[in-house]
Amino acid sequence: MKTLNVNGQPVKVDAQDSTPLLWVLREHLGLTGTKYGCGIAQCGSCTVHLDGVAVRSCVMPLAAVSVTTKVTTIEGLSADGSHPVQQAWAELDVPQCGYCQPGMIMAVSGMLNASPDADDAQIDSQITNICRCGTFQRVREGVHLAKEVAKKSKGETA
Amino acid sequence: MSESMNKAMTVSRRGFLVTTSTLGAGLALGMTTRPTVASASAYDEVNAWVHIASDETVTIRIARSEMGQGTLTGLAQLVAEELDCDWNKVTYEFPTPGQNVARERVWGDFSTGGSRGLRGSHQYVREGGAAAKLMLVQAAADAWNVPAAECTAAESIISHASSGRTTTYGKVAEAAASVPVPTQVTLRDPADWRVAGKPLKRLDTADKLTGKLIYGADISLPNMLCASIMDCPVMGGKLVSFDESAIRKMPGVKGAVAVVTSQGTNGVAVVADTWWQAHSALKQLPIEWDRGPNANFDDAAVTALLEDGLVADDAYVGNWGGDVEAAFGASATQVEATYKVPSQNHAPMEPMNATAVFTKDRCEVWCPTQNGEAALAAASEASGLPLTQCEVYKTILGGGFGRRGAGDYVHQVVEIAKVFPGTPIKLQWSREEDQKHGFFHPTTMAKMRGSLDAEGNLTGLHMRISGQSILAGLMPHALVEGADYLQFQGVIKEGLNPSMDDHSICYDIPNVLVDHAMRNPPIRPGFWRGVNVNQNTIYLECFLEEMAHAAGRDALEFRLALMKNHPKSAAVLKAAAEQGGWGSNDGKARGLAFLHSFGSYVAACAEVSVDDDGKLSMDRIVAATDCGTAVNPQQIEAQVQGSFVYGLSGALYSESTLANGEFQEDNFHTYPSMKIAAMPKVEVIIMPSGGFFGGVGEPTIGVAAPAVLNAIFAATGKRIRQLPLKDQSLRA
Repeated sequence: MKTLNVNGQPVKVDAQDSTPLLWVLREHLGLTGTKYGCGIAQCGSCTVHLDGVAVRSCVMPLAAVSVTTKVTTIEGLSADGSHPVQQAWAELDVPQCGYCQPGMIMAVSGMLNASPDADDAQIDSQITNICRCGTFQRVREGVHLAKEVAKKSKGETA
Repeated sequence: MSESMNKAMTVSRRGFLVTTSTLGAGLALGMTTRPTVASASAYDEVNAWVHIASDETVTIRIARSEMGQGTLTGLAQLVAEELDCDWNKVTYEFPTPGQNVARERVWGDFSTGGSRGLRGSHQYVREGGAAAKLMLVQAAADAWNVPAAECTAAESIISHASSGRTTTYGKVAEAAASVPVPTQVTLRDPADWRVAGKPLKRLDTADKLTGKLIYGADISLPNMLCASIMDCPVMGGKLVSFDESAIRKMPGVKGAVAVVTSQGTNGVAVVADTWWQAHSALKQLPIEWDRGPNANFDDAAVTALLEDGLVADDAYVGNWGGDVEAAFGASATQVEATYKVPSQNHAPMEPMNATAVFTKDRCEVWCPTQNGEAALAAASEASGLPLTQCEVYKTILGGGFGRRGAGDYVHQVVEIAKVFPGTPIKLQWSREEDQKHGFFHPTTMAKMRGSLDAEGNLTGLHMRISGQSILAGLMPHALVEGADYLQFQGVIKEGLNPSMDDHSICYDIPNVLVDHAMRNPPIRPGFWRGVNVNQNTIYLECFLEEMAHAAGRDALEFRLALMKNHPKSAAVLKAAAEQGGWGSNDGKARGLAFLHSFGSYVAACAEVSVDDDGKLSMDRIVAATDCGTAVNPQQIEAQVQGSFVYGLSGALYSESTLANGEFQEDNFHTYPSMKIAAMPKVEVIIMPSGGFFGGVGEPTIGVAAPAVLNAIFAATGKRIRQLPLKDQSLRA
């Protein structure tokens, strides 16, 4: 039995050390927002945050996640879908089938955690998630809108 | 065969017919009972399309599958337009295939492909909305004891002007269900639309942003076990044996099951408490295969088969006029070129999956499917239970692109569930399984021959297609005396096959011959977004630019000269060219492409640059669409943009190659897909000319690759005639 910190809560997990975090989240904790797409860190559908940094959970064994690591999944990104990236995504109707979007949103929000002013070049180099529906144009617009939303809400709370 | 099997097979055939992406569409819609506006008070609803709760929530029933294309929202808009309800109160639900069968197909066709979601059902869903409105108004009028004609309705509120009374849909919905069904309804002219035609937001977005939406892969049922499957890696091969003892003690493992289905599966699945346990054990399971008759088939054999067809005598004709050989004989210039397009997998982001519970008298399946009724038939056939004892619950799909019209995975999960009666089984394919057991985009080649007179006019064109037929592989009964007319999508002669007129060629070429030598390698073909327009448009539109180049003429002007009798075609082509900067003297490399398919007229102007090392940058695309009637412009924009990503992913990267009968590209590292950095900016022109409903999910995918290939030629002078572009030098 191992304890993890997921979405701000301590949770106990009974899984083998080699089990990828993706499957711990999906099958042991019922957090199915994080998706399986490839299993080899190619597509990014499984992206979550470890201490605010976007990582691909399908190749991250449970053993590599320490009890002090803060794991954030799409379910814990905000309490009510109000994270600036989620707001921007809603405003622009970004998702098509939507299956890759939790991973896309976690990748984008992870990038913005480190680079709140990420420009197009950073988007190109850091957002490498695959979306077969082809939502990229709105994803790009969404990143820029999310930056504005974040600034606005920061201004309001400051 | 039992009676139930017979029934299942009957529906299965019908399911197949309505699956036929385009060819069968018209026939199938004509053949099946037209959905009616009937209401039955036995059901809790106003009519089959509309349920209104006392809290004013309007639930619109959506028969088609939602896989990202936005059809759910568009269909709801069409119903709501006629219903005159408050759009902010609208939600949706998917009626089940079992309910459709029980109610004599009151919702019509469930199958979702061929860009038919709206264009195939707009009429009857609007009638459903209009009928529901009449019934609601009648119910209010009855309560007030006034003539219904004196009442009006808007935004879910019914008013009687002379008495000043008002009520709401929610208050009269129950009474409305008992009102006699209107025999005649009048539909609103699209010019007067207030809900349809508007760029409204999708109804299904919110839960896609929070992880709450339950896809098929996310289904969880009490006491559920999970399965991972490996089918014989070679098509036509068989499972010989497996050694379950090697994995029996692995954590969570419940057992290994041979899975043999009528759909060609011949493999083994491991069942465990969790999918990760099942999949880990499957990878350790010793399996012996009989790799069968195709064990030595490889890509060289595919190419040899296709090359044979380029010059063979056995060909079906899809377009003809004049005398091409005479035209070539009398010509000033002849041009010849050979093109090739490989097999390609769909690779939706959500790998195939389905969940089933089987007992001796009931079989229930949860799955993402583009064809709910075919999935129901599959459940019935695989379980051996009559349709009435089976049910399918559709989820929103994590991508479809044509792959999920097939029911192979439903057959598989039911076969596994039969071994564990009463226990829910979730079958999840790995990405590797998905890559090796697709229904692949057909591989074809084309030998193009063209002739010019001394003035540079196109006098003759022979397009010989050689290669794989989807219909021959999936539904041979849809062939017409051996011919697959769907093969001629986008290049077929108008009137040759009425169901194909939505895909007819729009160039008048004085002497023309388009024919197809069918050559079917042992690869399972399938409908892949765009279907046969993908390769046909590359062949025709690239070769037309080759001819224009040989004639020393402008490629736009060259095309327009052949389009004099096709004003809608010329209009979209001109629109894309104009906004795309065609003809401007700015040194940029541009390429054009045009297509008429799925009822719509589309064109693209691509702008690219190729650096000295041959690295391609797709800088800008302008795409114009005349879909007749635009139901949700912002979703059309999304579909058009997405179609370029899917189409250009195919053109740049996608190739499923065979070695020793086995597909080699088993995940995204060897089967790459476009990422955000490579996507060109796509500017979308929507120019509906009215009077018809054309599809939008697929047409523009056809122009994506040829526009870019033509632009590459403009940039480099090198003509690329084989896909994918990866591993080819774009510089001479």
